[in-house]
Order: sequence, then C-alpha cells, then structure tokens
Amino acid sequence: MEFDLAFIWAGLIAFAVLTYVILDGFDLGVGILFPWAGSESERDTAMNSVAPVWDGNETWLILGGGGLFAVFPLAYAVVMPALYMPITLMLLGLVFRGVAFEYRWKTRRWKPVWDVAFFGGSLVAALCQGIALGALVQGIEVEGRAYAGGWWDWLTPFSVLTGLAVATGYALLGATWLVMKTEGSLQHRMRRLAWPLGLATLAFMGLVSAITPFLEPVYFARWFNLPGSLFSVVMPVLVLGAAWALFTGLSEGRDSRPFLAALSLFVLGFIGIGISFYPMMVPPSLTIWQAAAPDESLGFALVGAVILVPLVLAYTAYAYWVFRGKVRHGEGYH
Amino acid sequence: MFDSFSAEMLARIQFAFTVSFHIIFPAFTIGLASWLAVLNGLWLKTRNRTYLTLFEHWKKIFAVAFGMGVVSGIVMSYQFGTNWSVFSDRAGPVIGPLLAYEVLSAFFLEAGFLGIMLFGRERVGDGLHMFATAMVAVGTLMSAFWILSANSWMQTPQGHGMNAVGQFVPEDWWAIVFNPSFPYRLVHMVMAAFLTTAFVVGAVSALHLLRDRANPAARVGFSMAMWMAVIVTPLQILAGDLHGLNTLEHQPAKVMAMEGHFESHPEGAPLYLFGIPDQETQRLDYAVGIPKLSSLILKHDLNAPLDGLDTVPRADQPPVAIVFWAFRIMVALGFAMLGLGLWALVRRVQGRLYDSPLQHRAALVMGPAGFVAVLAGWVTTEVGRQPYTVYGLLRTGDSLAPVAAPAVGASLLAFVAVYAFVFGAGTFYILRLMNRLPGTMGDDEGGPTRAAGITPASQLDPDAYVPGE
Ligand code: HDD
Ligand code: HEM
Ligand code: HEM
Repeated sequence: MEFDLAFIWAGLIAFAVLTYVILDGFDLGVGILFPWAGSESERDTAMNSVAPVWDGNETWLILGGGGLFAVFPLAYAVVMPALYMPITLMLLGLVFRGVAFEYRWKTRRWKPVWDVAFFGGSLVAALCQGIALGALVQGIEVEGRAYAGGWWDWLTPFSVLTGLAVATGYALLGATWLVMKTEGSLQHRMRRLAWPLGLATLAFMGLVSAITPFLEPVYFARWFNLPGSLFSVVMPVLVLGAAWALFTGLSEGRDSRPFLAALSLFVLGFIGIGISFYPMMVPPSLTIWQAAAPDESLGFALVGAVILVPLVLAYTAYAYWVFRGKVRHGEGYH
Repeated sequence: MFDSFSAEMLARIQFAFTVSFHIIFPAFTIGLASWLAVLNGLWLKTRNRTYLTLFEHWKKIFAVAFGMGVVSGIVMSYQFGTNWSVFSDRAGPVIGPLLAYEVLSAFFLEAGFLGIMLFGRERVGDGLHMFATAMVAVGTLMSAFWILSANSWMQTPQGHGMNAVGQFVPEDWWAIVFNPSFPYRLVHMVMAAFLTTAFVVGAVSALHLLRDRANPAARVGFSMAMWMAVIVTPLQILAGDLHGLNTLEHQPAKVMAMEGHFESHPEGAPLYLFGIPDQETQRLDYAVGIPKLSSLILKHDLNAPLDGLDTVPRADQPPVAIVFWAFRIMVALGFAMLGLGLWALVRRVQGRLYDSPLQHRAALVMGPAGFVAVLAGWVTTEVGRQPYTVYGLLRTGDSLAPVAAPAVGASLLAFVAVYAFVFGAGTFYILRLMNRLPGTMGDDEGGPTRAAGITPASQLDPDAYVPGE
C-alpha cells in the first residue's frame, strides 16, 4: 500500500467533525441564546438566520458518525455503547430543536412550547456533545473488541466541565453569528452578551487544557516533552491572539470579525485535542490503525470522499452565499 | 446483571419502533419531492397559476414532513452503534461505506438545496430554484438507492470474505452494491413511495372536491394522483411478484412464512387466503386456500413441488404469524389501490372524474393506504429475515451491543414518549395544512402582483392563516 489509508481517513473524519463543530456550533448557539433574543419578532429573525442552513450543518454530524461506522467500525462499536446515554439524549435534543424550525410557524398558541423546545433541545445537544468529548478524552475501557466499562462511566467532573465548556463556546459562536447576521437591538444585545460569553469560553478552555495533560501519561508526555512542548508555547499565544481579535472586534463594532475570531478559538481548541489524541482513535487502547476497517473498505469510501466532499463543500458554500448578508426582517416562506 | 434476553428484546423493539417511525416520512417525502419538482416544472413551462398554487401549498407540507424525516433518520444512523455494536464492528466494513456514500451523495444534496428550494426563489431566480428543487428530489432517490443497497446486502449477502477477527471484508464492491435482491427492492420501494404520495394527494384533493368541486387545484391534484394510481399500481404488483420469486430463490424460509406453508407440498402447494399460523404446533389452523395456486404463482406450474417450514430447523424459522399477516395486508392494499385507480379511470373516460362524490369518499379513505402497505411490506421483509441480521451468516442475537436492559429500556421509553409527542404534533400540523384549500389561505399565497415569489412571511400575523386555532 502506497498510502496510509487509515491515516488519511483519520484526517478526513477529524475534518468532518471540525466542520460540524464550526457549522452547527453557531446554529445550536442561536438556540441556546433564544431566551435572550428579546421580542417574538427578534426570535423569528434569529431563527430565520439559520433556518436555510441548519439541515446542511447537521449533515456533518451524520458524516462524522456514518464515517466512523464506515472506516473505523471498531471505534464506532466501542464508543457508541460507552456513550449510550449522552448520545441518546443528544439525539432526542436534536429531535426537539430540529422540528421546532417548522412547527414554530404552524401554530400560535403553541409557539412558546416550540420556543422552549428549540432552546432546550439545543442546550441538551450541546451539553451532551461536550460530555461525550470529555468522556472520550478521559479514556474508554475496552476488552477484546467491545466496551467493557459501566453505564455511568461517562459522567465525571471532567466530562461535566467539558459539557459546560462546549455549551458556552457554542453560545459565543451563536452570539457572534447574530452580530454578523442581524441589525438593530438584537445585534446590540448579542454584542453585549458576547463579552461575558467570550470570557467564560476562554476560562473554560484554560481549565480544560490545564487538566487534560494529567488525565493520561501519554497526553502529559505529548505536551511537556519536545517536540510537543513547542505547541505548549505556541497554542496559548494563538489563543490569546484570537481572543484579542474577538474583543477588539466587539468593541470596535465590527460585524464579522468577532464571529471569525470565535471560530478560530474553536479550531485551536480542536487542534489541541488532536495533538493530545494522536495516534489514538479511542484512548487509551485503540490506535487509528487498530480501529480501521480493512483497506478494501477504506479505499472504496475514499474514492467517494475525494470526488464528493469538494462538491459538497462547493454547494454548501453556494447556499451560504445565496443567503449572505443581514437577514431581512420577516424573510421566510411560512 | 439482567439476563441478556430481555436486553436483546428491548433493543429489537427499540430499533423496530424507531425505524418504523422513520420510514413513514421517507415513504411520503420521496414521492412528494419528485411531485413538487414536476409541479414547479409545469408552472415554469405553462405559467398556469394552478401549478404554482399547488407547489406553494404542498411545499409547506413537505417541509414539515421532511423535518420529521431528518430528525428521525439521524437517530437511526447512531442506533447501529448504540444497540447493535457487534453487528457494527463485524458488518461495518461492508455496510458502513454504503451509508457513507449515502451521506455524501444524498443527504448533503437534499440538505444543501432544501434551503434554496424553500426560501430562495426570490434570491436565485426561477432557473436555479428549479434546479434546487430537482436536486432535492434526486437526493431523496439517491438516499433510497444506498440505504436499500445496504439493507439488501443484509438480506442477500455476497461479494465479501471474512477476516481473522470475524469482520466481513469486502472483496467485490460491484457484487455487494448490486446484490441479488437489491434491484427488486429498490424498484418496489421507490414505487411504494410514489404510491404513498399519490394516495395522500388523492385523498386531500378528494376532500377539497367534496367541498368545492370546481376548485382548480383540487382538480389537478386529484387527476394527477389518479393517473399515478392507475399506472403505477399494476407495475407495483408486477414488481412485487418478481420480488417474491427472487426471495424464493434466496430466502426460501421467508416465502414459506409469507405463504403459511408449514408443510412441504410435493404435488403443488395451495395459496392460503386465510389461516391462523401456530408456530408451536407448526400448523396453519382454520386454513382457507385455493389448491395448487401457490405453485402456479411461484413456479408457474400447478404441480410443482414446494418445500415447507418442516425442512427448516425450528431455530432458523422466522416468526410465521407476523410475516403471514403483514404480507396479506400489503397485498390486499395493493389490490384495493388498483381498484380505486381503475374506478377513477372509468370515471375519467366518462368525463365525470370530478363529480363522483362516492369515489371521492373512497379516495379519502384510501389516503393512509400507502403508509400501511409500506410498513406491512417492511415488516414482512425484516421479520421474515429473522433470526439473522446478515442472512444466514450473523444472527440477531449475536449482533447485540453489550448493553444492559435498564439502559435500553429507559431509552426506549424516552423514544416512545418523545416521538409520540413530537411526531403527534407534526402530524396534527400537517393534517391542518392539508385541510386548508390550496390557494385560499390568507396572505401568503401570493397574488398576481407577487408572481413567482416567496412572499414576506405571514408569521407576523399567524392568525391570518391558521383557521381553527
Ligand atoms: C427508502 C428510503 C429510506 C430508508 C429505507 C431509510 N431512509 Fe433514512 N431517509 C430517507 C430515506 C430512507 C430520505 C428520503 O432521504 C430522508 C427522509 C426524509 C428526509 O429528510 O430524508 C431520510 C433521512 C435520513 C437521515 C437524515 C438525513 C438528512 O439530514 O437529510 C438519516 C441520518 C437517515 N435517514 C438514516 C437512515 C438509516 C440509518 C436507515 C435504516 C435503518 C434509514 N435512514 C432508512
Ligand atoms: C425503513 C424501513 C424499515 C423498516 C420498517 C424496518 C423494520 C424492521 C423491523 C420491524 C425489525 C425487527 C424485526 C424483529 O426483530 O423481528 C427490523 C430489524 C432490523 N433492521 Fe430493519 N427495517 C427497515 C429498514 C432497515 C434498513 C434500511 C436496515 C439497514 C441498512 C435495517 C436494519 C435492521 C437491523 C440491523 C435489524 C436487526 C435488529 C432487529 O432484529 O430488531 N432495517 N427492522
Ligand atoms: C399486491 C401486490 C404486491 C406483492 C405481490 C408484493 C410483494 C412483496 C414481497 C414478496 C415483499 C418481500 C420481499 C422480501 O423481503 O424478500 C414485499 C416487500 C415490500 N412491499 Fe410489497 N407487494 C405488493 C404490493 C405492495 C404495495 C401496494 C406496497 C406499497 C405501496 C408495497 C410495499 C412494500 C415494501 C415497502 C416492502 C419492503 C421493502 C422490500 O423488500 O421491497 N408492496 N412486497
């Protein structure tokens, strides 16, 4: 084999998950901020800013899960039972928020119910994603080819911390997205909210980064021995740079810089996790190569990915382009 | 610890429940997406406003159904891992890439263009809007292609080997994708989806005709639906027959269960119309049958011998009663659909398609027929394949995740409660939308001055278009 297919696929899955976090993060964040969006018509506007794209955003989650199933079936088979509860709760949360996009406009009496569903579903989904991430970072017990831990292993102070971190970060993404996409009092309110959210996100990032190296000896070695320790110097600098862009953007009243800065915070956090993980697929026991499907599966799926992912990115970008600019008030088809 | 049987049973119930809920929406949206594309094309071509009225009306119904399809589908794609992790590990190398292709070629296409189809006519213009609408329809069909390929491989596996850790290893992807039962299943399911949509559209249009037989949108909808019924139902019956012959070749035990043949019939097997299968005693009680007809249908020879379940060890038999009855429900509905289609054809030839209230009532009653037939068909297929997940190779009992009964039980309860609430509400909204006469609803229908555009949402004044609140 000339190419290390498993390695390429690990990169592609990481890319899918990162794209998911970047795209669906702001859209879950809009849901989390719903109670703070103000009047009913401002909530309408907030929702309409994501309505045309949310389904596409969530499809990256399916690609993350489906891709894992396809190319790292063992990892999928171990992780899903281990995270049974947070995954199930996340799915139920996504059900509630997903249908709210349509149902909200179909009723007047029950509109507040679907507002709550949109908020609650988004919040639960975000918390569960963060919890799942934390549980994964902490490590999953494997015996033979199966999960060997208990039903509550996923629930630890650390996973709760990551849950809160992700939910707060998504809220920051949502707030800065609305700063970019809306005008008037809604934009104003979101700009004010972005300050505490930004500070909280940074605090959470700091805490999680400080704890992670002590969870597994491998992580510790990675961050405190050369060449990994170089990252320990570079990453915080980059994070501070992004934070600076965020807060100056907010105070100078820029429209899109805060959102881009918040996105880079997420990208950096993601790279940080990647540095800790590599070359593990399911820490501490399964490496990328152990979890990978046979090359026949990897190769076949790669052909599809190479052709289709660029296409998908192209028309996704096109859809965003079509709906670019500020949401026009009352725009929708309902 | 809880004994593993109950965990397995609960996991099976959970999977059956969630997937049965899911299929209800694709069965409707696959057909509806194509119909919407046709309507939009007709509007652009003829500039007859009736088509636009219908498009705008059904687009809203489509959006709600599609949303429910998406969220219930996401649940499915994770359930393989949470509940059937051993299956995922072992069959993942074959099934996984097929699902990955589905995500990449179908789900992204649907999702990417859905926003433009629903919200974008004004922003992108007629041409691109038509393109987006067509892409959504193509996406739903691609989705059916890949998921049915995956399912068919589990029914009639081929093109794979096995590695040291017990995983199915793909050897010939062409053989895997185009496995023996796939062409039949694809054709049968896509036609099933088209019929489901046709009967829903037919029922809704019939309702409006009963109220106002001059309504142009109701007329066009009814006429198109009845054309579908009379053309596609015979094809569907033919496809179902061929599908059955294919199944006889590859999964004979399933056909024995469908036919209620516990005993072998060396000199021509009867076609049982009625009977109560008793798996314990391996007998069909109170059987009413037509001698030799089953051999004629399945072997094209009155006297051809047919094996019965007495040739299959008890441990390898599917649950007969469920398969037997589900199959009969589907077939009966197929013929009922044919009946309605032919009746409408007669009326059409007489020039009286729109003033036949009795027929419109019948069409109204037949509205849900497609959903019931689809569910019955899938139950036949899936229960008939038991006790295997990968037919003949991997047993359902060996596919299970190391899950504990309380966890599965609790999540099952949560799914039942949430689905009942969420999809109950959605169904109510859809029915309310259907109840409204196309073209007569408040301010969001777009008068001549706002031709071809989405109009500013009436969300600011929902009362204007929500009767009955
Ligand atoms: C014959 C058709 C068919 C069948 C048998 C299934 N589905 Fe499905 N599914 C569709 C046809 C479809 C669709 C037409 O593409 C849907 C329905 C409505 C929709 O939104 O897309 C969809 C949606 C849908 C979605 C959301 C896609 C999105 O975001 O656009 C997922 C993840 C799945 N399905 C997964 C599954 C799984 C894991 C199944 C098997 C157990 C399954 N589906 C059976
Ligand atoms: C969408 C229409 C479908 C319906 C209504 C349906 C229905 C069912 C039902 C009722 C069972 C339970 C059978 C039993 O336990 O006796 C089942 C089992 C199963 N089906 Fe399907 N199915 C559908 C599609 C699929 C597809 C497309 C796949 C795979 C790609 C699939 C994979 C499975 C698996 C793995 C099981 C085993 C678990 C079990 O036995 O409960 N199904 N299905
Ligand atoms: C009246 C004549 C019909 C016959 C003889 C027939 C035959 C069959 C057979 C033999 C199967 C099982 C195939 C297998 O699992 O191996 C099947 C499945 C199925 N049928 Fe039918 N069918 C008929 C009508 C219909 C109608 C009217 C619908 C829906 C509108 C429908 C929807 C389905 C579906 C969704 C499945 C499961 C998917 C599949 O395996 O294709 N059928 N049918």
